[in-house]
Amino acid sequence: MKRVSRISVMALSALAVWQLVVTLGDLPAFILPGPGRVFATLWISRELIAEHALVTTVEILLGLTLGSALGFASGIVLVASPAVRSVMRPMLVFSQAVPVFALAPILTLWLGYGLWPKVATALLIIYFPVTSAFFDALMRTPRPWVELAHVMGARPSRILWRVQVPAALPGFASGLRLAAVYAPIGAIIGEWVGASQGLGYLMLMANGRAKIDLMFAALLVLAVLTLLLHATIDAICRWLWQS
Amino acid sequence: MEMSAPALRIFGHASIAGVPIFSSLSFEVPAGGWSCLLGPSGVGKSTILRLLAGLDDGVDFKGEIATSDGAPLHGRVALMAQNDLLLPWLDALGNVILGARLRGAAPDRDRAREMLRLVGLTGHAGKKPAALSGGQRQRVALARTLMEDRPVVLLDEPFSALDARSRGLMQDLSAELLSDRTVLHITHDAAEAARLGDRVLLMTRAGISAITPPQSATPRPYDADATLLFQGHLLRLLMAA
Repeated sequence: MKRVSRISVMALSALAVWQLVVTLGDLPAFILPGPGRVFATLWISRELIAEHALVTTVEILLGLTLGSALGFASGIVLVASPAVRSVMRPMLVFSQAVPVFALAPILTLWLGYGLWPKVATALLIIYFPVTSAFFDALMRTPRPWVELAHVMGARPSRILWRVQVPAALPGFASGLRLAAVYAPIGAIIGEWVGASQGLGYLMLMANGRAKIDLMFAALLVLAVLTLLLHATIDAICRWLWQS
Repeated sequence: MEMSAPALRIFGHASIAGVPIFSSLSFEVPAGGWSCLLGPSGVGKSTILRLLAGLDDGVDFKGEIATSDGAPLHGRVALMAQNDLLLPWLDALGNVILGARLRGAAPDRDRAREMLRLVGLTGHAGKKPAALSGGQRQRVALARTLMEDRPVVLLDEPFSALDARSRGLMQDLSAELLSDRTVLHITHDAAEAARLGDRVLLMTRAGISAITPPQSATPRPYDADATLLFQGHLLRLLMAA
């Protein structure tokens, strides 16, 4: 209850500041529409926005699932094989030096205008934080635990699955929490580069047609989606950790 | 126990990257008895224990670790450290059966419950380590060690983090439950060595020497004159080293 009321207070304050800026700055609606106008548009265009939000949500969830799975697998491989680690770690860092924004047009070229280039940008943007957080946590397994397992006669693969992986799950979870915030960015980048559906597409289209209130409504929905996703992932991680 | 406890004989010297950890030493750990290896920090006590446990730290050991029955030590050793090393995501029972799970064997839960009963933790099987006190956690570690049922038990200052009362109780309990096994107990506490050692080995920079303990059976009463005298004797030797 305390959390809900705190969030409500924060949201209301943000809306008040927004309205204040519009009123005091005497801004025209095509520069910054007030919250009232945006909420009215949100209601009027609810079907349109929902349709596009659904597309973006599917992209985000697919990107998140595939990216997390790939990050988990990469963390395991990196820890299990020092040979792979020595080759793959510099490549991982290098891959981060190429901005996803720059890759998005190429992905569109390769994968077309449909769902998959957006899933790919979402995946690419979360892959590094998830892998990195999980790998670091795996490497931080307290040595005495691993040594005890050795003395007990465990094979390295069992030590990995029964000691290192469970010990690293909180690290993986913090990677997932980051991913929940980054994945929507990836999907939107993909949509901006080339799409006919999705909230990113809707925002670009609304902007082009000077429907700034619609653009803000779509942005608002995207922000709420991201927050919901983050809260859901957070709750799942907590639940998993407790059981 | 599947096999009777062997005696151990260790001689040699060790270094890491050319830096000596301990110089030439030689000592024996009698079969089925409790040997305390007493010494100040930094003389290489733990290195000896880790060598016996088969843990590779990049230590260059020149010498021999021999068993009285000639069989290798590997797979016949259980380890109990200063930290209880309980896995926080497993409950007490899960921690006791950890060894079996790690070896891919079917865990014997009834026996694990029996071990928890032996260490006085009936009714705590479902508790996570965070819900147990320091003394209780170390008892779970003892139950886990007993569950492993190894003829040789290596103790690396397992009671040093406990308060005086818990330490005394744990010493009694361990001495009772680990009797008949070959125990090598690393400690820097003269009082502990005086209570528990059937054999007491003093380790200093000069090497290892056996100090004859009182004749009385272990665990010796903590307040008996013989125990306290021997404790004083050990402390004098430690101070002089």
